[in-house]
Amino acid sequence: MATLFTIQSVTAGYDNRVVLKDVTMDVDESHFIGIIGPNGGGKTTLLKVILGLVKPFSGRVDYSPGNLRLNQIGYMPQVAQGDTLFPVTVEDVVLSGMMLNKGATGRMGTAEKKHAAEVMDELGLRPLASQALNELSGGQLQRVYLARAVTGSPRLLLLDEPATFVDNSFEADFYDKLRVLNNRMAIMMVSHDVGTISAWVKSFACVNGSLFYHPHSKITDEDLRMYGCPIQLVTHGDVPHVVLHKHE
Amino acid sequence: MDNLFEYSFVIKSILGALFASITAGLAGTYIVSRRLVFLSGGITHASFGGIGLGYYLGVNPVVGAAVFGLGSAIGMEYLSAKGKMREDSAIGILWALGMAIGIIFIYLTPGYAPNLMSYLFGSILTVTKGDLIALGIISAVMVIYTALFYRTLLYISFDENYARTFSPHVDLFKYISVGLTGLAIVLNIRMAGVIMIIALLTIPANIIMLFTRRYLRIVVLSSVVSFISISAGFAISWFTNLPTGATIVTVLVIFWLIARGLRALKKKNRIEKIKSEK
Repeated sequence: MATLFTIQSVTAGYDNRVVLKDVTMDVDESHFIGIIGPNGGGKTTLLKVILGLVKPFSGRVDYSPGNLRLNQIGYMPQVAQGDTLFPVTVEDVVLSGMMLNKGATGRMGTAEKKHAAEVMDELGLRPLASQALNELSGGQLQRVYLARAVTGSPRLLLLDEPATFVDNSFEADFYDKLRVLNNRMAIMMVSHDVGTISAWVKSFACVNGSLFYHPHSKITDEDLRMYGCPIQLVTHGDVPHVVLHKHE
Repeated sequence: MDNLFEYSFVIKSILGALFASITAGLAGTYIVSRRLVFLSGGITHASFGGIGLGYYLGVNPVVGAAVFGLGSAIGMEYLSAKGKMREDSAIGILWALGMAIGIIFIYLTPGYAPNLMSYLFGSILTVTKGDLIALGIISAVMVIYTALFYRTLLYISFDENYARTFSPHVDLFKYISVGLTGLAIVLNIRMAGVIMIIALLTIPANIIMLFTRRYLRIVVLSSVVSFISISAGFAISWFTNLPTGATIVTVLVIFWLIARGLRALKKKNRIEKIKSEK
């Protein structure tokens, strides 16, 4: 397996507050990593460090192993970013994913629009292409942002809680689409729903200040406790139930 | 002689209306879609400080206004980017401070301040050739800037954080955009006046946004609406002797009410059509 990039003892945060402490990790081209951890544990900060939006206090991200460039990273931020009353259409937003490969004077011509149409087809967004964002449901909006993240044909896809508003009927389908995408790009996905995503991701990273890499998709409460990752493990069996632990 | 005067006045009015419409269409769409209406009110009133200072120092008040307008626009963008202060409070302070500085300097200026009312309420009669040239230049710069960087500007306005993933120059573009907006506002002051210019920036874009959500269409069509409203305002104030700025604002609001009525009617028709189909 070819390494795409490595995170080397990164310590990062905001102002004087340290959020991530001495994080080290190798990410391969074929990885599909679920990033889990408590609120404020640094999951989003980790993504922003990889994107180059947050500069680490110390340590660095080395993109050279896979010759990864910053414009080859697709990003889907947590929803609620972007003003849905802003006058743009679904097509406009999907097209913006292709700005990754363009300069500041980027034009969107026929070729770009055709590619965006293909991506919208793949995600079931084509009929909504000329709609305004405030006419969409939460789930549709999330698919628009996923489409934006992948139209630039990235080699690494970073997703921050992508399925929060996706309705249940679309959720499995959504993760299936990610698995198909994983054939051509590495994926790192922040999620709260460990139980559900364990059926799709290939490995986990627990982020709670520091990072523990768990190289399998099967993760137990035992593992989580060991990693110091105080989160709920939602188990999906015949009878859905939530396993809770006493606070120490 | 009368004819010649009227001829040059008509030319001046048409050019003034044209440039004001282009800048109002571009700046107005930017302001309304980024929800910066209050900020633009702050810039306008802060620039009154420059007008007062201009009188006091004996330089063209428009130059003073431009300096204050540009400075306050960039200053407020900086403050809000740093997140060090509540943006609306910063605007409120600058708004009042600008007016206060203006009034103090006009008070300190010996004698009579000519055309003071035209800055407050707008008057095409006092617009000079220099004003028109400046407005023409800023119109051209804004059109070229927007045409050249359309997609980048659109996406920065829509979702700045995402834009940072593809452009390392997000902050630079924001400062240029808000700077040009500040200049455009200030140069339109002669036409519409400090107090009423906010209508020229806000109402046309809001009228068009009732009917379309495409940014470029909003820019073009709100410029058209501005041109019609300003021309109508000029004509009415010419024949009735009413102040230009107030006339333009009234015309704009009437157009806005008509547009809202049209849209409500359209919606009602659509609902009835759906009902009758069932």
